[in-house]
Amino acid sequence: MIEVAGVSKEFAKNGRSIVALQGIDLSVVEREFVALLGPSGCGKSTLLNMVAGFDHPTHGAVKVAGEPIRAPSPERGVVFQEPALFPWLSVMQNVVFGPKTRGERADAYRPRAAQILEQMGLKGFEDSYPAELSGGMRQRVGIARVLMLESRVMLMDEPFGALDAQTRSLMQELLLSVWERHHQTVLFVTHDIEEALLLADRVCVMTARPGRIKKSIEVGLPRPRALEITASPEFNALRLEVLALIREESLRAAAQT
Amino acid sequence: MARRLRAPWFILLPAALLALWHFAVELRWVTEGIIPSPAQVLRSWEIWIFGSSKMMISPYSGTWLDNVAYSTRRVLQGFALAALVAIPLGLAIGWSRLAARLVDPTVQLLRPVPITAWLPFAIAVFGIYDASALFLIGLGAFYPIVVNTTHGVRDTNLLLLRAARMMGAGPATVMGKVVFPSALPSIFTGLRLGIGVAWTAVIVAEMIAVKSGLGYVLWDAYYVGRMDICVATMFSVGLLGFLSDRALVWGSRLLLRWRTLEAHA
Repeated sequence: MIEVAGVSKEFAKNGRSIVALQGIDLSVVEREFVALLGPSGCGKSTLLNMVAGFDHPTHGAVKVAGEPIRAPSPERGVVFQEPALFPWLSVMQNVVFGPKTRGERADAYRPRAAQILEQMGLKGFEDSYPAELSGGMRQRVGIARVLMLESRVMLMDEPFGALDAQTRSLMQELLLSVWERHHQTVLFVTHDIEEALLLADRVCVMTARPGRIKKSIEVGLPRPRALEITASPEFNALRLEVLALIREESLRAAAQT
Repeated sequence: MARRLRAPWFILLPAALLALWHFAVELRWVTEGIIPSPAQVLRSWEIWIFGSSKMMISPYSGTWLDNVAYSTRRVLQGFALAALVAIPLGLAIGWSRLAARLVDPTVQLLRPVPITAWLPFAIAVFGIYDASALFLIGLGAFYPIVVNTTHGVRDTNLLLLRAARMMGAGPATVMGKVVFPSALPSIFTGLRLGIGVAWTAVIVAEMIAVKSGLGYVLWDAYYVGRMDICVATMFSVGLLGFLSDRALVWGSRLLLRWRTLEAHA
């Protein structure tokens, strides 16, 4: 579904060329949930932005469903680190922005929006404005509007990174239940090991800059998953394996600077 | 605490200034007969507004409303003209690098020329007519509106633009549904500054370029030694400027309800 082949990204900083990503090969099959895990500054968000179409590789190619990516599209819904809601629109107006923009009929998208808002626990907040919501609720609106697009690919850029620990685990459970229902292809960027293992089918650990994919680990934990799985010995074994990989990279990154 | 803050503290300073003015005249701290007392100004202002029972023909009896109407109409027309040009132009400059390169340097070069310096040019081109006044008012109000609109557009959150594009928005939708609402608070700041400049410009223009309105009365009254009318005119312009600013604030509150929510969050 997502094909990243030989992708490098260089950008200029203070007249010097910096290699952010180098020789990235990654393929995500349909309905697979892949987490990109890495230390901060490893270019994982840059990679996600290239799949979204916000950014372009210096070398190599990014394809989704066989098509090279030129621009952002509702085919690839994005949940950002900040909710990035339109503050002047109500929750309902934010959620129907996509279908409305694409010229869908209101009687087609209204019932769908009501259903998704209920699923996301936002029923009764349709007419609220983003400023009136908590951080977790705003991010749920951010997910709801992407679900409205019915994209086959969902890209998530540390969507729960700005939330407190309590809210974060609630959101992870919510995302699991949503994904069980919709089963999109997901590329999920995070620096949280447990989050990656809890949610994903496969975790790709990235190296420190220049970012490369260090190792791809099949999670293989049974689905449907719940938060309790994080207490299982299998989970713990995976956690230690990934932790060792990440530690190596963190140390390397620290030595570089 | 809240009650103490709600007490009418704002009366204090104006009352003190008024008292200072009153005693300065009464106790002859200022040259006699040049500066009128507050009471004198109030009396003349009343006659200027409502006319006098004595059947005398004076330009300062019952003509206030006419002059206010002249000036207000010019301000509103000039201001509307400025907004109509400046908002779309500001959106273009803020959004398109080409438009910015094409227009912005010229705007920045012309902006430091005070509108007062444009007076001879305006009269030479448009004559002693309304068009001169409208040109000066429009030009004066144009700069703050265009600059603030541009600033507002450039300040648009990149993530909101990406979110809109990701949901399938084309350039027109991005401009209309994201950039414009996002720049609206800045646009209102520009409009408020603009209407302030418009009132300055109308007084200057009416002093020289046309023969009616508050600015004309102000200069004329000065020539015939009616300082009381001069002062009453100053107060009138201040009051109108204040009211037009309040109207804009009221309008912005109505359109930008989401912003007050953000401020309270």
